[in-house]
Amino acid sequence: MPSKVDSEASAAERVDPGISRGDVDGFQLGGRIWGSRLIVGTGGFRSLEAMERALVASGAEIVTVALRRVDPLARGSALEVIDGLGLFALPNTAGCYTARDAVRTAQLAREAFETDWIKLEVIGDDRTLFPDAVELLDAAQQLIDEGFTVLPYTNDDPILARRLQDAGCAAVMPLGSPIGSGMGIRNPYNIQIIVESASVPVVLDAGIGTPSDAALAMELGCNGVLLSSSVARAKDPERMARAMRQAVEAGYAARRAGRIPRKLHAEGSTPDQGLPDLG
Amino acid sequence: MPDDTKRPSEQRDDVVVPLKRSRSPDGGVEAPDAVVVGGGAIGLACAWRAARRGVRVRVLERDHPGAGASHVAAGMLAPVSEASWGEEALMRLALASAGAWPGFAAELAEDSQLEVGYEPCGALHVALDRDESEELRRRFELMGSLDLGVEWLRPRACRDLEPGLVPACAAGVHAPGEAAVDPGLLLPALTAAVERCGGQVLVEAEVTDILTDDGRLTGVITGDGREHRAEHVVLASGAWSGASPWLPPLARPPVRPVKGQILTLRGNPDQPVCRRIVASERVYLVPRPDGRLIVGATVEERGFDIQVTAGGVLELLREAYRALPDVSELELVETVAGLRPGTPDNAPLVGPGALDGLVLATGHYRNGILLTPISAEAVAALLAQDPLPPEAEVAHPGRFAGESAPGLVAAPTIEDARE
Repeated sequence: MPSKVDSEASAAERVDPGISRGDVDGFQLGGRIWGSRLIVGTGGFRSLEAMERALVASGAEIVTVALRRVDPLARGSALEVIDGLGLFALPNTAGCYTARDAVRTAQLAREAFETDWIKLEVIGDDRTLFPDAVELLDAAQQLIDEGFTVLPYTNDDPILARRLQDAGCAAVMPLGSPIGSGMGIRNPYNIQIIVESASVPVVLDAGIGTPSDAALAMELGCNGVLLSSSVARAKDPERMARAMRQAVEAGYAARRAGRIPRKLHAEGSTPDQGLPDLG
Repeated sequence: MPDDTKRPSEQRDDVVVPLKRSRSPDGGVEAPDAVVVGGGAIGLACAWRAARRGVRVRVLERDHPGAGASHVAAGMLAPVSEASWGEEALMRLALASAGAWPGFAAELAEDSQLEVGYEPCGALHVALDRDESEELRRRFELMGSLDLGVEWLRPRACRDLEPGLVPACAAGVHAPGEAAVDPGLLLPALTAAVERCGGQVLVEAEVTDILTDDGRLTGVITGDGREHRAEHVVLASGAWSGASPWLPPLARPPVRPVKGQILTLRGNPDQPVCRRIVASERVYLVPRPDGRLIVGATVEERGFDIQVTAGGVLELLREAYRALPDVSELELVETVAGLRPGTPDNAPLVGPGALDGLVLATGHYRNGILLTPISAEAVAALLAQDPLPPEAEVAHPGRFAGESAPGLVAAPTIEDARE
């Protein structure tokens, strides 16, 4: 749980539960304050150069790296680009199907990346890449016991999200739709329920196809967005990364600004007093 | 360059006479004009094309010709499958090289007096489900904008072309102009052609140090202590180019190893499971006339690791089976892993290096065999002081000069390579 900025946040907390988790001035995640609410994955880029330009344009400070796909000791690869840009490489457990596998991968990642942060992914099958809820919770509990800062990729299931939070995860990261599908947020109501009942940051992870999806996530009250394919596989990844950055900023600002209610009938915005009476 | 250099047209009659030039006491030609470090497809082709222009060349291969990525390559000459947004200049280079292949192969057959293994078989790029179909459609639009001579096919038309395709096949793009070459034949042909055109190929000759004169590279020294003085040193050592400990760090090009695993299956040559290259989003299958079927390839950033893994083989076989179920009947004859030379922008490095006298011919990533003719032509032109083909501009190493881009300066060391 964040604590340092709680006092600053208390006023906002009373007004809007969406910004109640201590992130009025910055994005608080894992006990650190980040300037960017956009987290970008590093898989799927056509070239290292394309990745580098997109990461810069995204403004992201945290980027995820799959331990299974990158040898952290191999030089001249993605990790060197990330280090060169001064970004935080957050290892993930992509490709793990069991708690045992994920825990072991996280332990290897801790050694290799010299961080106890882990983006926890435990996948049910390779067709949907949906999380396996049972294995995920098991892995999260084990890793928290071992002192990891656990950021779990989870279903858009409010109960599972709460269980992960109660287990001590540093955030919950529900999917909008399947990884790489670009289908956006298929169940915004569930995301809203997760946000309402969360006491840790909520990061929308997976399914973002286009910037309006990212903006919607922030408008729903998410504290951040994690995306990868929508940038990496865009025709122009650099430009798309910039657009995503702007969308996350816009969605966050809109959430704080407070939208008007939806109404069935029109309500004129032009004042009708003081007009000449031509009758 | 000596003034008596013969141009290819005048040279045609005598190229079949091996080693006609004057010999030094050790049996080699006298000091060559160029030393090529690396005897893979690129290095040997550079040497051959340069020799045809009258340049005296010596190839130094630390193992045997083609021991690196060349012998792992499937030999696909399929620029369409590599079409990608933001890489249009690279695409033009690939298309120019694909266009040069038939002539290159014919001349190579003539100069080497050997079979080259060039097969203009065409390719069918297939989508195996709805999602892959969406992706293929998107790429097809790009191919159309690049004028690649491709045709969109419905499932039935795909299976008319390749009856072995899985019935679930959702769509395809036919690229009749694509081809394949068998590196198992190409490499011996290139080696023979270099020698028959008057060049030398030294095997088990590992470069350990350089010779310089007033800041200019004037040759290299091999492990046996022998000095090889030359006007130009061509670096063509593939994935190991960036890890050349004998080069000053700033002259090492930004090349990293990218691992690929590949399989060879074998069946009855009279009943092939496919007649043309079949490529899906995740796998490609290249048939050879003798009944072999090459299945490739994984793309892994694992440093200099070349282990064949169960997971890699499983993935390739599963995806091959998904496209052409008949592969399950074939014999699995070989599994092998190699290292592609990757660059930050996926384009090769062909042209002057960061040291006077150094010429780069490396960084060809997934397209070494495809880009062999145009790379060799560019290097040969450079060595003979002729104009370079205009498409080669995208490969100019100067695009990384002075850039302290991450991953570029601290190239891997040889210690990494030997782990």
